[in-house]
Amino acid sequence: MGGFLRRHKRVVPYLLLAPGLLWLAVFYIVPGFQMFMTSLWSGTLETGYEFALSNVSNYTEALQRFWPQFSRSLLYGAAATLLTFAISYPLAYTIAFRGGRYKNLLLFLVVAPFFTSFLLRTISWKIILGDTGILLGPLKDLGVLPEEFRLLATPVAVVAGITYNFLPFMTLPIYVSLEKIDKRLVEAAQDLFATSIGAFRRITLPLSLPGVFAGSLLTFIPAMGDYVNAELLGSPETTMIGNVIQNQFLAQNNYPTASALSFILMAGILVAVAVYARLLGTDELTAGGV
Amino acid sequence: MAATTVALARPKRTFSERSVRFWNRYLLFIYTGLAIVYLMAPVVVMALFSFNDPAGKSNFLWQGFTLEAWLDPFAVAGLQGAVMISVGIAFASTIVATILGTLIALALARHDFRGRSGTNLFIFLPMATPEIVLGASLLTLFVAIGAPPFFPLSGVTILIAHIMFNISFVVVTVRARLAGFPTHLEEAAMDLGANEFTTFRKVTFPLILPGVMAAALLAFSLSIDDFVITNFTAGGTVTFPMFIYAKARIGIPPEVNVIGTIIFLTAVGLVALSTIMARRRAVRDEAMARRFAAGEGA
Repeated sequence: MGGFLRRHKRVVPYLLLAPGLLWLAVFYIVPGFQMFMTSLWSGTLETGYEFALSNVSNYTEALQRFWPQFSRSLLYGAAATLLTFAISYPLAYTIAFRGGRYKNLLLFLVVAPFFTSFLLRTISWKIILGDTGILLGPLKDLGVLPEEFRLLATPVAVVAGITYNFLPFMTLPIYVSLEKIDKRLVEAAQDLFATSIGAFRRITLPLSLPGVFAGSLLTFIPAMGDYVNAELLGSPETTMIGNVIQNQFLAQNNYPTASALSFILMAGILVAVAVYARLLGTDELTAGGV
Repeated sequence: MAATTVALARPKRTFSERSVRFWNRYLLFIYTGLAIVYLMAPVVVMALFSFNDPAGKSNFLWQGFTLEAWLDPFAVAGLQGAVMISVGIAFASTIVATILGTLIALALARHDFRGRSGTNLFIFLPMATPEIVLGASLLTLFVAIGAPPFFPLSGVTILIAHIMFNISFVVVTVRARLAGFPTHLEEAAMDLGANEFTTFRKVTFPLILPGVMAAALLAFSLSIDDFVITNFTAGGTVTFPMFIYAKARIGIPPEVNVIGTIIFLTAVGLVALSTIMARRRAVRDEAMARRFAAGEGA
């Protein structure tokens, strides 16, 4: 065996890759194809399904019928991504540039909350944002807010939940790209009499953009597909495309429509990833570390 | 001449420059403190409500302090079984995904081969796919096969799904650790007559072990916490997150918060422990290197 490997050095990487990539091929790529096939089915669970290319109408019908949920997902996803960016950038900046000996501790504190169950975290927000909860209760008692004011079951609560739950996907890539910046570049700019703002705008910000792009992608994608926040913190008026997909799959057993919806979602994401890979290359995608 | 004087004089601090200084010196730290409070708030609430004594079923309002839930966390019907299933699946999926992912990471970090950028993209895609699409597409596959062990859905299908989404995270984590360490140690071992397997066992593996442990920890916590993909591939099997979700509407019993708090403390403890051990090792290595250098000098 050792002799064979020494003689065929080029085979080694493929042998290392094979088992893992095979697993991904069978349980990631093949299901993707199957979902595409299923999206072109017609029929119901009772009558049985039939495949036909003409069922491409599943797509147009699904888009028409669930357009409000699609646009809501886009809107909530975009809002949450912007918010995570606004919260993350100063945080990542402080840790990377001012963290000093507390850098690792601060980073740990940022990541630690996410070792709690995703669902329990979201339910905690339900408690915090409750109508007479820790946040609104005192404000209502003081008369700052009217009695009927509420956050739960509104888009605000859903976007807040999504923002919180996907925050590290933004903070960590930005931190990684800021950490990589050679601090002497910033010092050089300041020696050349750039103002702090000027040095930030011309050196730090442009060099951290790959992290911002990666973070935006990694936040927007799960935010767009999320349905747990809308389910637990929202109302029937705040349902997102994820709620529809899971309802059509698991409650209505309407596999063709649900597959078409999932496929539209996935297609949009593939376009986004392709644009990213074209602009910034593929090595950055898996080299950053989590 | 006049221009030189202007350029050499330290520019007068404008108001905006002064506010930037203030921002840099104080506000950034105040902000970071507030951000950490914000991040920790739900965890604190979760832990706090494990001590709540809810009047009815719903555990959303503070009613009074009790240790009841902590004294018998498995008093709630079905909770113990759900936790056991989650832990079992998390262990199994972690072991398989860590092995498969580490092999891929070794290939990516240690070898140059055709199809490299394609592989990078292939590893990244499952992480970039929304969980709901991962779960839904697996469901369509399992339904289309329609035969055991894929259908009816069971713990086996959950395990298949968890291994699938964990592989990429393991690759990324192990690869990040491998990136920093040089290949000449392995080359030296080979020059000294070690074969590939001895080199791997004695040199490569000890070096990547911290990265592999970190990856396993991440895989375990992703698996034990997963709800969305599990929901699509579980059938009648109830994992811990599915138990929580089912109870979310009628009210979470405080016992669930107890289990959540225990899982959180265990994960944080393990991370802290591995960090401390890594630091100890670094200090020891440095001391040894210094002693070695001193010996050489004498």
